[in-house]
Parts: sequence; C-alpha cells; structure tokens
Amino acid sequence: MRIFDPHIHMTSRTTDDYRAMYDAGVRALVEPSFWLGQPRTSPASFFDYFDALLGWEPFRASQYGIAHHCTLALNPKEANDPRCTPVLDALPRYLVKDSVVAVGEIGYDSMTPAEDHALAAQLQLAADHALPALVHTPHRDKLAGLHRTIDVIRESNLPPEFVLLDHLNETTVEAATDSGCWAGFSIYPDTKMDEDRMVTILQNHGTEKILVNSAADWGKSDPLKTRKVADAMLKAGFTEDDVDQVLWRNPVAFYGQSGRLQLDVLTPDPLHEGNSILRGGE
Amino acid sequence: MLTSRNSLKSRKELDAELGGAARAWLDEALAEAAHDAADATATPGAPRPGASPYASPPWELRYAAAGRHCGQENADSVRSLLLVESRASLPSVTRLYDQGTAAERRAVLLTLHLLDLGDTALPLIEDALRANDTRLVAAAVGPYAADHLDPHAWRHAVLKCLFTEVPVAAVARLGERAHGDAELARMLNDFAAERTAAGRPVPEDLRTVLALTAPAGEGDHPARPNAAPAAPAPTEES
Repeated sequence: MRIFDPHIHMTSRTTDDYRAMYDAGVRALVEPSFWLGQPRTSPASFFDYFDALLGWEPFRASQYGIAHHCTLALNPKEANDPRCTPVLDALPRYLVKDSVVAVGEIGYDSMTPAEDHALAAQLQLAADHALPALVHTPHRDKLAGLHRTIDVIRESNLPPEFVLLDHLNETTVEAATDSGCWAGFSIYPDTKMDEDRMVTILQNHGTEKILVNSAADWGKSDPLKTRKVADAMLKAGFTEDDVDQVLWRNPVAFYGQSGRLQLDVLTPDPLHEGNSILRGGE
Repeated sequence: MLTSRNSLKSRKELDAELGGAARAWLDEALAEAAHDAADATATPGAPRPGASPYASPPWELRYAAAGRHCGQENADSVRSLLLVESRASLPSVTRLYDQGTAAERRAVLLTLHLLDLGDTALPLIEDALRANDTRLVAAAVGPYAADHLDPHAWRHAVLKCLFTEVPVAAVARLGERAHGDAELARMLNDFAAERTAAGRPVPEDLRTVLALTAPAGEGDHPARPNAAPAAPAPTEES
C-alpha cells in the first residue's frame, strides 16, 4: 500500500514518526506552513521557517525514503498581526522554489478584514504562479466560514479545481464538493474527523476529488491516521484501488497541477547519483 | 530530487544536451544575468529603482527555477553559469545562498572558486560546514575551501566529512593539504580511538586521510588506528 499524506507538519515530529510512517506505507507528503503554537513577531522568523521547509525537512524526510514537498503562505491567524503581514511581500521569491507545490495554508480563522485581504492576495499569488491553493477552513463558525471562503474563491482568478478545501466534516462536505473544489479531511484522535466517520463520508460521496490527511502537528495528533483510514476503508468493503485513489492518486493529481511533484526519493549520497529507493509509479 | 555530482557542465555541453525550449530559456536567463552584471559595473551599489526590500533581479528568480526548465540533472550547472555570467558579487551570492533551497545553496558553494571574491565568501562555506545536510557539507569542501579555509577550520571540515559520512573524495586537494599535517593526524587518531573505545567501527575514509598525513618517506607506513568491529552505525553529528 502506498500513501501520500497531503497535510502534515513534520517539523513538529520526530524521526521515529518518519520511520513509522514509512513502515505504514507513507512514501510522500506535503507539509503546509502554518502557525507554530507560539506567535511569531517578525517576517524574519517566517523566513527561517520557510527555509527549513525547503531545506532541512526534505533532507530529513529523504533519509526515511519519503518525498517531501511544502506549501508556503502567511497563515490566517498571523495575517491579523501587522508585524507579520510583510511576509506577503516576500512570498513571490519563495513561490518559485522547486518543492513548493501550492500556496497554503490560507483561509479564515476569525473572519476579519485582515484575513479577507490575506486570503484574496494569496489566491492571486497562486494564480500568478500557476500553483494550487490549500485552504484551511475555520474551526469556529465553520459552515459560515466555508461559505465565505467559497465566495472569495469564486471572485478570485484561481479556478476551483486548483483549490483544496481542508478540515471538512459532515456539515461542510456538501457545500465544499458543490463548489468544484477538492475536499480534504483531517483525521484526528479526538477532534475534527475520525476514520469511521471518514468511511461513512466516502460511502456517501464517493472517492473522487477527496483527500485524507493526518494534519499531525505539535498538538494531540497521529501521523499514522492516513493508514488507519485505509484499513477502515478495506474493512468496510472498499477495494484496494479505492484506497489507492484516495490515499495516493488524488493527492498526486491535486498537487501535480503545480508541475513540481518529484516522487522519486534519492538517498542523500552527496557524491554519486543517489540510489532511487522509491519510484513515483510504485 | 538530488542532483549530486560535483562536476559542472559547460555552456557548450548544455547547449548540445538541451531541447529547443530549454535552450531558449537558458539563453534568456544568461542574457539577463549578463545585463545585470553590466548594470552593476555602470552604477556599482546603486539601489534598483522602485525595488522593495524583498525584490530580486529577474535572473535570480530564474536561478530558483533552473531545474524545472533545464532538467533537475542540469540545475547545478545552469545555476553555476548564471552566477558566472552575472559576475555575481558578494551581496548577490550571499542573498542567493541565504534565500536558497539546499539545492540552490549547493550551486553557490560549487561556484565560489569561479568568481572574483577572494576570501570574502568564507562565511558561506563556514555556514555550510555547520549544516548537517550532507549535500551542503560535500559542496562546501570544494576548491574554494581548499584555497581559503585556515588550517583549523579545514581540519574540522575533514573531520565533519568523516562524522557525516560524506566521502572524503569530495575534499578538494585533500592530499596536498593533508600532507605532513601532524595535527590532523592526531585528530584522526583520537577519533579512531574514541570509536574503538565505544566498540564502533572506524570509518574506512579515516584510514585514507591518515595515510595522506604522513610526511615524505613515511607514506608507505602510516600510523594505523586499531581495528574495530564492522557494524553499521548512524552518524552522530548534531
């Protein structure tokens, strides 16, 4: 079984996690930039974080046979802090990097005017760079936030098939799929979604344009939730091909729109052509 | 993807290899870089009109995208050509290094000896030698380091290669600089003793370098560290 986790914050995880993920079948992941728990106070600390997502973290992942890509953006929460908003001016030079496969996470947290501005500006940046966008839907007032998000996307220059609406659940899946965007579900130990509820959603809505992620980070979360959903799908009667579609082909198709996915992981042998330990078509 | 050989292709080799679209892209990129070099000569240090603090010259944006247009296997070579063609200054190479991905940083490191920078770019080499990303360490010990690193820093660079399992074949002019270096020999023997005391293997490359440290006439009988059990061991540099 091959698994692509389309949303996981590996900077918060250990090498044990990388090993366990590889053992569970994870061969590729996307790490969106987001809030670090501790608020940042200057653009420079964002840049160090972005550089880590482009440098050290892909190297760590490669040591465990996992292809690492990232999405970069000013996140909704910190879009409200005027000390951080100059990050928007520096994003163009980051969005040209090889392993950046989308703009994200963008979206709403508290639905403020500052968040309106950051969301619209970054959807335009995505359109300018021919990149997809990973859009976080808010935890509080989720359905209203989703509707407002979809309105802003409709007004933008980014086509809906270039947008992944994330952290969806039973109350938001309908509106999200009707919008023409891709639908993402984060599976958590207690909150957001669990694997059995995810199976029910797949039974009701099918397996097309749906992505499942662990969204594992520094909070209570589980980087193996993608595999647990795959196992729950098989137990509920889905085929291995269904599992492959949701856990591999769908994220490859969505992020592949960037033209920048490189799913061959080479061992970090500095002198010789590295041995490929994974083929994209495995 | 890692393009990992330290050998850079020439413009001629790239022209022969690249398809039409990639060659056209490369021509435009190199023209932009040459234009930037001409501007810098005409008005050295002048700020770019209307530039935000985060703005970069167009060729520097192409520097990031080189692999997508010319193939990842050619990214090092294309980036190196752009640096040479723009006659990249210290602020320029420093910016490209600081703002670069690991691959972009590596191309800067591989090109420093081809630019007219004297020893002013040593901070970039020192930064890369502090990294644990082996691609950066390997690129840092090239000809520029051989020319400019002082003996203490150079010995630590060699030791860093052994710690991080970067093959010492990456170290430029290794034999020449190691020759007769008694302090390097002492450091290598101490390292071998530490590994042996821990019951861990001594890297084969250590013996290679140790042999090179011997003064003239002793090359056939280098000091040999004690043998150790040959079990695979993780690197511990942190």
